[in-house]
Amino acid sequence: MAAGPGGLAGATRLERAFREEWGAVVATLARRPGDLQAAEDAAADAFAAASVAWARDGVPPNPGAWLTVTAWRKAVDAYRVSGSRSTSVDPLILGEVAAGRAPAPDLAEADMTETLGDDRLGLIFACCHPALAEEVRVALALRFVTGLTTREIAAAFVVPEPTLAQRLVRAKRKIRESGIRFTLPSDQKRLAERLRSVLAVVYLVFNEGFASGGESLIRADLCDEAIWLGRLLHRLLPGDAETAGLLALMLLHHARAAARLDSAGRPVLLAGQDRTRWDQSRIAEGTRVLDEALALRSPGPYQLQAAIAALHSHAASFEETDWPQIALLYGALGRLAPSPVVEVNRSVAVGMADGGLAGLAVLSPVLASGALDSYGPLHAAHGFLLEKAGQPEQAGAAWARAAEMSGNPAVRDELLRRHGDTL
Amino acid sequence: MKYALLIYSQATADEYGAILDATRQADDSHGPWVEYTRAARDAGVLAGAEQLNHSETATSLRVQGGDRLITDGPFMETKEHLLGFYLVDVEDLDDALDWAARMPAHPGQTVEVRAALSGLPWQRVLAD
Repeated sequence: MAAGPGGLAGATRLERAFREEWGAVVATLARRPGDLQAAEDAAADAFAAASVAWARDGVPPNPGAWLTVTAWRKAVDAYRVSGSRSTSVDPLILGEVAAGRAPAPDLAEADMTETLGDDRLGLIFACCHPALAEEVRVALALRFVTGLTTREIAAAFVVPEPTLAQRLVRAKRKIRESGIRFTLPSDQKRLAERLRSVLAVVYLVFNEGFASGGESLIRADLCDEAIWLGRLLHRLLPGDAETAGLLALMLLHHARAAARLDSAGRPVLLAGQDRTRWDQSRIAEGTRVLDEALALRSPGPYQLQAAIAALHSHAASFEETDWPQIALLYGALGRLAPSPVVEVNRSVAVGMADGGLAGLAVLSPVLASGALDSYGPLHAAHGFLLEKAGQPEQAGAAWARAAEMSGNPAVRDELLRRHGDTL
Repeated sequence: MKYALLIYSQATADEYGAILDATRQADDSHGPWVEYTRAARDAGVLAGAEQLNHSETATSLRVQGGDRLITDGPFMETKEHLLGFYLVDVEDLDDALDWAARMPAHPGQTVEVRAALSGLPWQRVLAD
């Protein structure tokens, strides 16, 4: 293929294949030996070979299969070079390649997805194993399933790159040495337990990006990574209601991304957002996925939160939102997963539905417990409800506390502005 | 793959003594540990097990310049002490965690699950 536009297209397709196939290739390779390091090395070799071969010969019809087969060959080469002393590549790989069980390059795309489905799930489950520390699970999932580089992950989580690299090395060693397998638990109870850990990791990645409020582009990208993971999980586990619920929740929240900041980059609270800037296609997809989830009749915290987000998405304005319904949903959420943070949100919904005093009645036990004293949104909700109840002076003090607690400079400015308004 | 299920307890020497007395006096065919051990044996995963005396009875030794330095007590003075262990031979970490979870629980008990290495030169002596 000639340089110029064709070469560029080749590079773009490589990039796309990289993002789409990286996890699948690593998963196929890691399944046998249970060794992420060997799988990563072989996959990296294959992607490097692709960047040369595809620029020269064009992109093959099935890039994923090409990459997988090449990666298998690289793994076998590595095994041969290091000889039997190496523990990094299982001799079984040799057997599989010899038996022709590695996917052939001309395999249809549908077959590929099917053969890789379980491998990729196995990889996600291994990366999110509860025997690994939470921040390690997040880093592993982003590195091996979504294919972010170590540098990108380090930047997103504001950790020095060598620190993150070291963490990944230790995690890979723990996976290999402690016998964490790349297969799904056969026991249903254990599968459900492990899936909870997987979903929690995905949601953590999403919130990390969402909470940054566009403060840095790299961090905001984490929302897209999380949604990508959510879509993959939903495709692989279509019968799991909470997996669908989480995807719906992320889509519905992310739909508001463009309206969450004003032109000066300051955060805009839900009440003041320009709803015409909400992403209708994300809302439509989120609503559709939520309907699929609810149809499975197995309610859970993600579905309830998605249902709340859906009510916001379909409301014409903050005032015209179905607040009584939202208050009920927060009540149900609080019963399923009791948390003072849920009570703070419920107090605002009750305040909108039944007035400031009713909202304050919900909030007062949370305030009295002192458990969330350093949680900015608690004081913001307090200020909001006091204002609604006609107590502007006390509201001002609450806004000031909220500003004091906020770590995000833009949020702080917004709260201080409100503080001034009230005074 | 072999895993050591290391049972750590916060029981004091007196509490542990009381537990031991009760265990010894109990009907030896139905106690929870008896049943646990039997289940592991019947599943074909049990590779070994020991129960230790309280760490208060420990003696520690260091050799310095050819001299033996003997001290009263455990290597590390901590609230948690190693009470005993089971050695299980299972498929993977999840299976080992399952056996750890099935153990009868003492108050304040933590089970540390650690993979055992295999194929080391000294281990070949045992195989001979």
